[in-house]
Amino acid sequence: MRTRRIVRAGQHTALLGYLLFLAFPLLWLLSTALKSPRELGSPHPTWIPRHPTLANVRQAFQEQPLAHAALNSLLVALATAVVAVVLATPMAYVMARHRTRLARAATGWVVVSQAFPFVLVIIPLFLVLKNLRLVDSLTGLVVVYVVWALPFALWMLVGHVRAVPAELEEAAAVDGAGRLRTLVSVTAPLLAPGIAATALFAFVTAWNEFFFALVLLKSPGRQTLPVVLTHFIGAEGVADLGPLAAAAFLATLPSLAVFALVQRRITAGLLAGAVKS
Amino acid sequence: MTSVADVRRPGGRRAAGRSAWFLVLPALIPILLFSVGPLLYGVLLALTDAQSGRTQATRWIGALNFRDLVHDTLFWESFRIGLVWAAGVTVPQFLLALGLALLLSQDLRLRGLVRALAIVPWAMPEVVVGIMWRLVYNPDAGILNETLRDLGLGDGHDWLGALATALPAVIVVGVWAGLPQTTVALLAGLQNVPRELHEAAAVDGAGAWRRFRAVTWPALRPVALAITALNLIWNLNSFALVYVLTSGGPGGKTRLPSLFAYEEAFRYGQFGYAAAMGCVLVAVVSVLLAVFLAGRLRGGAPA
Repeated sequence: MRTRRIVRAGQHTALLGYLLFLAFPLLWLLSTALKSPRELGSPHPTWIPRHPTLANVRQAFQEQPLAHAALNSLLVALATAVVAVVLATPMAYVMARHRTRLARAATGWVVVSQAFPFVLVIIPLFLVLKNLRLVDSLTGLVVVYVVWALPFALWMLVGHVRAVPAELEEAAAVDGAGRLRTLVSVTAPLLAPGIAATALFAFVTAWNEFFFALVLLKSPGRQTLPVVLTHFIGAEGVADLGPLAAAAFLATLPSLAVFALVQRRITAGLLAGAVKS
Repeated sequence: MTSVADVRRPGGRRAAGRSAWFLVLPALIPILLFSVGPLLYGVLLALTDAQSGRTQATRWIGALNFRDLVHDTLFWESFRIGLVWAAGVTVPQFLLALGLALLLSQDLRLRGLVRALAIVPWAMPEVVVGIMWRLVYNPDAGILNETLRDLGLGDGHDWLGALATALPAVIVVGVWAGLPQTTVALLAGLQNVPRELHEAAAVDGAGAWRRFRAVTWPALRPVALAITALNLIWNLNSFALVYVLTSGGPGGKTRLPSLFAYEEAFRYGQFGYAAAMGCVLVAVVSVLLAVFLAGRLRGGAPA
């Protein structure tokens, strides 16, 4: 019994260690965001700001076009989420219901695309988009994000489609419903939560993405939030820490909110796709 | 029910096939145009002298880029750094995530809090993770140096700016950032572990380590293998974290191959040469993927 208690204490200590490791950078970000420039310049930084202030938020918005960047990010993320789901749902349906060569090839592509080296893809993609006059355009970025979000969207949706019993669709067909009608009035409602989760995940992916945005967006007025955040860091690596921390903290909130909403479903979707393929 | 289905069948199959294509095409066309296409185009580019903003026509130069690449010591140094980074992040990430997943599957206090917290790094934009850790590592205003000062363990070390510590410092960030995803995957995998077997082994007097080896690990292995292979590949391709933390510095000590290729392409405009670097990365990733798939097939466990 005693060894059991010792083991228990050890487990709690270990868990506390993980808690500290995971939490301390987050708390430090928050702490820095709330400190005045004076305090940030002082030699002995403390965990709790001596004079907490929100001045960094205002300063951040003055230093960089944050509001505009946030709007760009929002537009791109929303468009990505909607388009990705609209394109992926029918294909996921076919992949889940038909055991054709096409469905197998698509599944293979979903796996292989996880290994895609985007350094190789970005150069030709840049040239292709340039020919289509889609470089330095939010539309071009959405195109890239949609294609980039499709593998995981398909993966999740295939799992969700398989969870809808095919017998229900057959029953509707027996009752005389056409194929399209079956999809719209039987399958789609049952699939809705899965589709919503997939859309939200695509939203977060697009909101957070940096590399493609860095390469494809050049005009300051078109850049998304992650790209604008890096502008706080000067050429010499010197940064105005307070506003930088405040802006970084704010940029995280939408992802966190959405992610908290769908995390359980994403995990479930991951499993659903994985278990049955 | 079957009889009705049978009646519908003649000709129905071909119609179903046609409508399947109709459902697949909206996703397939963008995939072919902007994913498969560029990948093939990239391989072709590696065989040319393509440069950005050049007026002369691009020419085929065969394997010249690859021959240059063989002698490019800077690239191989970057490649070595990339491997150190990928292994240095993936291995601790797996071990830490395994420990955390095992703890979280126990009925412990704080479990809910840690579970909730562990999601945060996953949801954060990589750029923000980079910025956050720059604040932690900051020589003057950072908490790391302040804590070390308090403990009397040295003073004012420039973690990201010094040649010796830059790579280990970014590796720690990589581990932190990827921990949640790996933990969640392993937690899911732990649900495959047969509970009765665990209890039976405990009754038979098997210690914790034996129970882990004999019961937990065999059930967890497919998931562990899959997530480790994916982590390794993702880490080899990673860009944003290190770009924000050090931009590849100091003195190229943290210049991952992806940063190297990015600079070559978009700072110096050497599209063809950078594409060749990308091809080398693809080759390495393909080998890893093949090894992983072979291992999975040999393991014979359906995942």
